[in-house]
Amino acid sequence: MLLRTKLHGKIYEFPDIRLLMGKANEEKSGDRLAGVGAETAAERVAAKLILAEVPLSVLRENPAVPYDQDEITRVIQDAVDESVYNEIKDWTVGEFREWILSDTTTTEMIHRVSNGLAAEMIAAVTKLMSNLDLIYGAKKIPVTAHCNNTIGAPGTLSSRNQPNHPTDSPEGIRAEIYEGLSYGSGDSVIGINPVDDSYSSVSRLLDMTYDIIKTWNIPTQNCVLSHITTQMKCMQSGSPVGLVFQSIAGSQKGNDSFGISVGMIDEAYELAKKHCFPKGPNFMYFETGQGSELSADAHNGWDQLVMEARCYGFAKRYHPYQVNTVVGFIGPEYLYDARQIQRAGLEDHFMGKLTGIPMGCDACYTNHARADQNAIENLAVMLTAAGCNYFMGLPMGDDSMLSYQSTSFHDAPTLRQLFKLRPAPEFEKWMEDLGLIKNGVLTEKAGDPSIFLKR
Amino acid sequence: MDDTQLAAIVDAIVRELKESGAVKPAASSLDSQAASVSTNLSSPSVVPVKSRTSGSGVNLSIDLPDPTTPQARNTPRVKNPKDSNGLRALMASTTARIGVGRAGPRYSTASLLLFQGDHAVTQDALYRDVDQKLLDEFNLFTVQTKVKGGKQEYLLRPDLGRQLSDDAKRTINEKCQKNVNVQLVVGDGLSAAAIEANLRQIFPVVKQGVQNAGLTFGTPFFIKYARVGVMNDVGELVKPDVVVLLIGERPGLGRAESMSAYMGYKPKYGDTDADRDVVCNIFENGGTNPLEAGAYVVQIAQKMRKNQASGVKLKLAK
Ligand code: B12
Repeated sequence: MLLRTKLHGKIYEFPDIRLLMGKANEEKSGDRLAGVGAETAAERVAAKLILAEVPLSVLRENPAVPYDQDEITRVIQDAVDESVYNEIKDWTVGEFREWILSDTTTTEMIHRVSNGLAAEMIAAVTKLMSNLDLIYGAKKIPVTAHCNNTIGAPGTLSSRNQPNHPTDSPEGIRAEIYEGLSYGSGDSVIGINPVDDSYSSVSRLLDMTYDIIKTWNIPTQNCVLSHITTQMKCMQSGSPVGLVFQSIAGSQKGNDSFGISVGMIDEAYELAKKHCFPKGPNFMYFETGQGSELSADAHNGWDQLVMEARCYGFAKRYHPYQVNTVVGFIGPEYLYDARQIQRAGLEDHFMGKLTGIPMGCDACYTNHARADQNAIENLAVMLTAAGCNYFMGLPMGDDSMLSYQSTSFHDAPTLRQLFKLRPAPEFEKWMEDLGLIKNGVLTEKAGDPSIFLKR
Repeated sequence: MDDTQLAAIVDAIVRELKESGAVKPAASSLDSQAASVSTNLSSPSVVPVKSRTSGSGVNLSIDLPDPTTPQARNTPRVKNPKDSNGLRALMASTTARIGVGRAGPRYSTASLLLFQGDHAVTQDALYRDVDQKLLDEFNLFTVQTKVKGGKQEYLLRPDLGRQLSDDAKRTINEKCQKNVNVQLVVGDGLSAAAIEANLRQIFPVVKQGVQNAGLTFGTPFFIKYARVGVMNDVGELVKPDVVVLLIGERPGLGRAESMSAYMGYKPKYGDTDADRDVVCNIFENGGTNPLEAGAYVVQIAQKMRKNQASGVKLKLAK
């Protein structure tokens, strides 16, 4: 394999697809940590120049982890629609980029081609996209799903009500849920990250959230984001489960370190279809984020963008209701500053949509990264322009349990009003009936959690 | 579109902007700038302004109380709440920022500035070291991971924070009793303040609890620049049944005292987070109380020994 170019008179050569892919990435601290990042800005562009000429078939034939060693590779490769693949396998990555952006390429055409793609092809074209390309491209690929309500329809923006509490206090969590609902957060899910992963604690929170949903007749679903084994036990014991959650990684070894496997998620998916209380047909919720494979030394020498794309191929197997990257969640060792977090957020959202999954984003940062709330507000505006399905809703964006900051209860209504978007239709109707929203704008009544104290 | 059409559109827009006050005639731009500074300061503010002048601002005097006191923090910012006592009760039930009010869909000014004030002090915890006096109090000797280049390197090289330096291995080999039932280790992690806030309470409870259960406690020590994965090295060296690592969690907004206890049964090279358990969010006044957490840690250690497993394996064994 010869991978060589000249740039400004200098020769650049790359030994294999793995390094070419790594060096073609925009700058990330995690790629540097993995030893695959470009040494100079010129080397990065040289890698992109060559990548633009690589046929898509070569990427399919060079998966990040070999087929016989990795069940995630097998899930992705086995799901490729061979007839679609045969139509596109000779396109170069550069041609693929232009095809996606072309005015004659429709949403339907992209949805069809999605089924012929492997994760490495999706990652490759993402590397050639500028930020505005990623926004424009993703906007062309709406992906909707349905559980108790509809997420991702064009013209809507949803919000996960994330009422985390440092001791899982049901009263405290209830108070936060009320605050969020009063701003119109909760149409994606009322989803709690539990401190205590035990069955008794998780099932208690499922009961409590279900009670709120029933009392107020809210067209939404609940979820407690414990380890999936705990949620499986809850389903089997008859707890009211809305969505079934798990964090996933892009390699078998990465998932090993999360204590999961394809077989385990298959089993959970079967339980979900049988036991979850909402209508469906989409019952699964996954979170991802660049860097978690490298963190578990499970990246097989590949860059974090490729490993992230593989998560989406894995997620697609389960027809999820929602998937979001938690971009910026782990820390500066993978995404150093606001600029890297913003870039990764746009990349992940685009890759998810191109994979064909209903993609949202936890646009966030930790206090040890070089970022602040303004940076995250910027990212949320960019992603809304890109057609992102949903964001997190946290009390002022501050998660006092997970110790990071994300988007807030206020951000969803602001972005909706700014971009003339609406909550999920069933949820908007519910808000209107309660008098919280009118013509897409919050009413005087909104923002007051005490309205939920009496029914 | 031709040029005249374009000019007409531009004219109309400029007229509209002028009427709305968004643009001012060019001549007076200096005056209006000066004026806008003083109006900003004296315009209706949610924070109490002691003395407010009506005229030119010459006698302006602003002297504010600290907005970060518990009382100031718990002030509801919702205009005309339906149930104001109820609202206070809701706010008292959580450390989360609720009842914060709004301006249109955005935050009230007081809530916005309090958030920014908290963010401003948050990062300090990362760059501090654990107080040596505290470590001396518990006779903890100190070893270091392979991180040599200070906190900045610690932040960017988690791989180095998961391995003990050769010096550290030698010291531990010399000083520690081997094959004990429970080996307690303290690590700075991402917050020195977390260790300082909780160690005095949790340490005696764990030690007592272990000994009361008839188990051996070993020789505890401190690891500087530690990540959770360093437990594997400790397990290989000391060969205990259970390793308990008390470590500082990443600092939250305005709060850096949250600590975790990560635990594993016979940790060895290659073990992952799937082989571990954690008791997290340990802090007083709002989190899991360190005394309670200590008792919980002892309980889990016993469960691990009984099932000869930890992490997901322990979960599935139960
Ligand atoms: C960062 C983080 C993660 C990151 C870790 C990646 C990384 N390289 O840092 C990611 C996103 C991968 C993650 C995943 C999960 N996490 Co987590 N995570 C955290 C968080 C927010 C901060 C941890 C921290 O400050 N560590 C301190 C530094 C110094 O440690 P470190 O060496 O840099 O990082 C290690 C630990 O953070 C550890 N870790 C992270 N999460 C978990 C969870 C468990 C059960 C274990 C054993 C270890 C572990 O992984 C890192 C690499 O070794 C805590 C919340 C908190 N307040 O502590 C939750 C937290 C520890 N995680 C939690 C959970 C439930 C999970 C998941 C099981 C979620 C899921 N359903 O899949 C998964 C899988 C965990 C596993 N077995 O591998 C719970 C644990 C609850 C409990 N009592 O068991 C917590 C408390 C948050 C919560 N309430 O949801 N997590």
